[in-house]
Formats: sequence, C-alpha cells, structure tokens
Amino acid sequence: MILNASGCLDALTAPNVAAALDCFVTKTVTPLPRGGNPPTRIAETPVGMLNSIGLANPGIDEFLRVNLPELAALGLRLWVSVGGFSAEEYAASCALLDAWPEVEALELNLSCPNVEEAAESAAAIVAACRAATTKPLWAKLSPANWDIAGSARAVEAAGADGLSLINTIRGLAIDARTNRPVLSLATGGLSGPALKPIALAAVFQCRRVSQLPIVGMGGVRTGRDAFELLAAGATHVAVGTTLFADPGAPGRIRAELQVELERNGFTTSAEASGIAHAPARA
Amino acid sequence: MTPPPRRERVTVVANEQIGPYTLLRTTRGEVDPGVPGQFFMLEAPGRILPRPMSLCLVPTGELAFLIDPIGPGTQAICALQPGESLQVLGPLGNGFRLDVEQPLLVGGGIGIAPLPFTSQALARRNGGTPPPAVLGFRSAHHAEAAALVPNAEVCIEPTYVTALIPAGLDVLACGPEPMLEAVRAQCPGSQLAWEAPMACGYGACYGCAVEIDGELKRLCIEGPVLAA
Ligand SMILES: Cc1cc2nc3c(=O)[nH]c(=O)nc-3n(C[C@H](O)[C@H](O)[C@H](O)COP(=O)(O)OP(=O)(O)OC[C@H]3O[C@@H](n4cnc5c(N)ncnc54)[C@H](O)[C@@H]3O)c2cc1C
Ligand SMILES: Cc1cc2nc3c(=O)[nH]c(=O)nc-3n(C[C@H](O)[C@H](O)[C@H](O)COP(=O)(O)O)c2cc1C
Ligand code: FES
Repeated sequence: MILNASGCLDALTAPNVAAALDCFVTKTVTPLPRGGNPPTRIAETPVGMLNSIGLANPGIDEFLRVNLPELAALGLRLWVSVGGFSAEEYAASCALLDAWPEVEALELNLSCPNVEEAAESAAAIVAACRAATTKPLWAKLSPANWDIAGSARAVEAAGADGLSLINTIRGLAIDARTNRPVLSLATGGLSGPALKPIALAAVFQCRRVSQLPIVGMGGVRTGRDAFELLAAGATHVAVGTTLFADPGAPGRIRAELQVELERNGFTTSAEASGIAHAPARA
Repeated sequence: MTPPPRRERVTVVANEQIGPYTLLRTTRGEVDPGVPGQFFMLEAPGRILPRPMSLCLVPTGELAFLIDPIGPGTQAICALQPGESLQVLGPLGNGFRLDVEQPLLVGGGIGIAPLPFTSQALARRNGGTPPPAVLGFRSAHHAEAAALVPNAEVCIEPTYVTALIPAGLDVLACGPEPMLEAVRAQCPGSQLAWEAPMACGYGACYGCAVEIDGELKRLCIEGPVLAA
C-alpha cells in the first residue's frame, strides 16, 4: 500500500490528497503540546530539503479531543505517529490511543533528529508500548544509526509488528547572503531525493535480518523509486517531501508503480518485495 | 466561497522585463484566479520545492506573476521562455477582504506584486475607479514596476512609504516585514499580506509557521493576509 510519510500531510487541510492514499499517517503526537521550533524551519538544497519543524503538534490530550474525531470522520484508514521523551511517555500515549477503534496502527517515531534523542533505547520504548496496547506497532528507525539492522532485530524482539524506514538524516544549509545557517536551529532533517540511496540501504539491511513488514520511505518521487524500495525488501511505500511539490503524487506514483511492476513481470507489490536479495541472474 | 485549489501545467505566453522584475504571463487553463492576495505555488524547474507567488494580473485567459529573481528558485522561474511550461497549484490561502469603505493600497518593492489585481478588483466594485495607492521602492529602476498599479503615488528610499499614508483609510498592504510592522503600528485595522518560507502552500509541512496571536500557526492556512 501507499502511505504518506508522517509530518508530510495534514488530512484535515488536504482531505482529497489523503483520500488518494491507502492509509493516512498523522504527524507525530507528543504527550504535551509543542509549538515547534522558531522560524526559519525549512530550507531547500539542490538534493533535498531540510526541516526543523520540531514536532509541532497539539499534544495527545487535545489531539484525542479535537483532531482524532475530525480525522475519524474522514473515514480513512488511520495510523497515529507517537513520539515522546521516555519509554513511559510513549507507552502512556499508546495506552490512550488503544481505546480508539478508528486507529488501525501506531507508528513509534524513535528517530526525530530535531528533538533531543530519547534517552532510552528503541527496544525499551517498543517493549513499554507493547505492554500498553494490542494495536500493531511500527518502529520508525533513524538512518543515522550505523547498525540499523541491529536496531531492527532489537525492536522485533521487543514486540514490534513492522518497521518504518527511514526518518530524515541531519543536515545543514548556509545562506548565500548571510553566510550563516538558514535554519534557526542551524541543523535540520534532510529529506527528498538525497535520502533514497540511504533508504534503500536501510531497507536492504533490515530485510536481511528480519521478516517484519517494512514501510519504505525516503526520496520517493516516481513509481520506479517505489519499486526499488519494494525490491530492497519493503512491503509498503510512503511518500513525504514529494507531496509538497505534487499533491497528486499518491495517484500518480500508484499508476507508475503498476506499470513498473508489470514491466518486470509482476502483478502485485508483494511479489516484488525483496527481489533484490535474489542471486543475480546469469 | 473560495474556489478549490487546482494543480495544472500551464504554458508561458510571455516573459517581460519590468525594471529588475520579470512579469511572467502563462495560460490559465482551468485554474481559477481566486481572490487578490491569495497565492499560487509555482514549479521552479530543476528545484525540489515550488515557490509561492501572488497573482499579479489576470489578463483574459491568462495568469500573470511579477517575480523578483533573488535566488535559485525565482531565477529558474524567471528563465522560463514562451512555449515552456510549468506546474501551478492554486489559488491558496486567504486573500484581501475587498468590502472596505475607503481602500488604500500600500506596497513596498516586490510586495507590489498582488496590488495590480487587487486594484482591478476594487475598481470593479467602485464603478471602475481604481483605489489610491502608495508604493515605495529602493531605486528608480525598481520603481518602474509602479506602472502596473493605477492611481499610485511613488516614493524612493530614503523616503519610506509610511510617510505617504494618510490617516483614516482602509489599508491593504504587502511588502517587506519591516514595512508591514511599520504599517501595523501606524494603521490599526489594516490588512497585511505576510511572507514566510513555504514548502507546500497547503498546510502539509508546517514550515511556514509564524507567530499569530502569540502562537505559531501556518501562514499558508491562516494567511497570507492577516488583520493587523
Ligand atoms: C504568499 C507569498 C507570496 C509571494 N509572492 C511573491 C511574488 O508575487 N513575487 C515574488 O517575487 N516573490 C514572492 N514571494 C517570495 C518568494 O516566494 C521568494 O522570494 C522565493 O521563494 C525565494 O526563492 P529563491 O529560491 O529564489 O530564493 P532563496 O534561496 O529562497 O532566497 C535567496 C536569498 O534571499 C533571501 N530571501 C528569501 N525570501 C526573500 C524575500 N522575500 N525578500 C528578500 N530576500 C529573501 C533568503 O534569505 C536568501 O538569502 C512570495 C512569498 C509568499 C510566502
Ligand atoms: C517537513 C517534514 C516534517 C516531518 N515530520 C515528521 C514527524 O512528525 N514524524 C516523523 O516520524 N517523521 C517526520 N518527517 C520525516 C518523514 O516522515 C520521512 O521519514 C522523511 O521525510 C523521508 O521521506 P521523504 O524523503 O519522502 O520525505 C518529516 C519530514 C518532513 C520533510
Ligand atoms: S507551506 Fe507547508 S504548511 Fe504552510
């Protein structure tokens, strides 16, 4: 299926774009409201964009009271992205969301480069959330972790049901006029085309050590990009930065992916998942 | 009330130089011009993100944008030649309220971009008479763009446009942030069109957040025109 990358679409301001996806993923929700980082929060580079939004969100209580009912009314398949600063915080939000049948799954954002790293390990957070909810848990991992396959194995052992690969990687842009960082917090998360080879490597390495389903994301602009993530081992694909330039991307990429699958002798995404791991044909 | 935004590939009809700025005229297709002060996201060829632009004029069957080529994105758009095409998405955001008693248009530099369309729309509500305008520019070269706005008084730095604003009028203003801050201080109740870096223009990225009523809010959704 095709999803949006968390933080790259608001179904409430763009319901038609969300409706073209198979499933909508919310922006990461944290226990307390966050205004986010001061502007300037975005910068463009020739190979991608940088963001330091800083997890702007209304906080879990307001989200449950106002946003979630509005999202539920749209009738979409819905995943909620959960963030926090300790395993207890993640688990508390998961417990609250557990009561909502409209929420199909929870994505644990274990990897936002714009906030302080969660003190606890990814596996400890997943374990705490596992105890707090029966909903499927997708662990979203950071490509900054050199041993991402090790993390994948650890979160699987802790009870994750799937992997979301990958979040952004830290970057910096310098303003041509002022010679100072463009972003107010100096560094931000790099997304877009530059991320694609990094995402392919992460998916490939995690697929080698884990059979969990994988949402692949990072720089997907075309059906071919989506196909390559499937080939590396993803079972689903998410689009992020591409949505900013092309709100029609979900439908376009779906159609292009279908053509690419057929061109390669497949009828479904599932058949193409992981084919890059097969030995090269002679 | 406002028409839904639409994304369409339009073709460049003309690329005209006005002082240091470029007036880019394109086909309109099925795109609705919207309300003056609303904006469009224009594809910047070869770049990752589109760029927000106000609609400057609405020639029959066309859209026209006035663009200051200050960086890679605007330069790529200004380099487009007749016959070449680009994606546009819009109209987006909230434009100017036109139901005002005694409008005065206030513009600074490239901030005059939405004012020609605004002037026309206000003239249509007023038996064809365009509203008065006061426009400020950095140089006589920049001030060539004042020809796009009828009934305008023009000043060039070091005179600032705020010196030309009489009291008691309903100000509709667009320009650099220091100008808007000065207008806000001088003319309570004015309508101000602000800028912020925008990746999407439709509420998806939260990149355009500015402080509104003490909270960080998305300018592309709440604005770009805000009450002072
Ligand atoms: C709602 C809205 C409507 C707009 N309408 C118009 C319009 O009609 N015509 C038009 O020309 N522009 C307009 N702008 C501004 C325009 O979108 C930006 O100038 C453009 O995105 C810059 O992209 P770039 O890649 O060329 O430059 P960037 O690389 O983004 O910027 C180049 C340099 O200029 C600085 N800079 C960025 N923006 C500005 C600015 N506005 N003024 C001065 N310096 C700046 C940056 O800090 C950087 O140093 C509008 C912006 C908004 C939010
Ligand atoms: C503006 C912006 C905001 C983002 N916000 C979040 C977020 O709140 N939670 C999260 O898990 N990832 C967030 N991400 C990361 C994306 O979900 C995705 O992992 C990353 O952008 C790579 O995909 P892409 O190259 O297709 O954009 C954000 C990315 C961008 C560009
Ligand atoms: S420009 Fe993306 S949310 Fe406003």
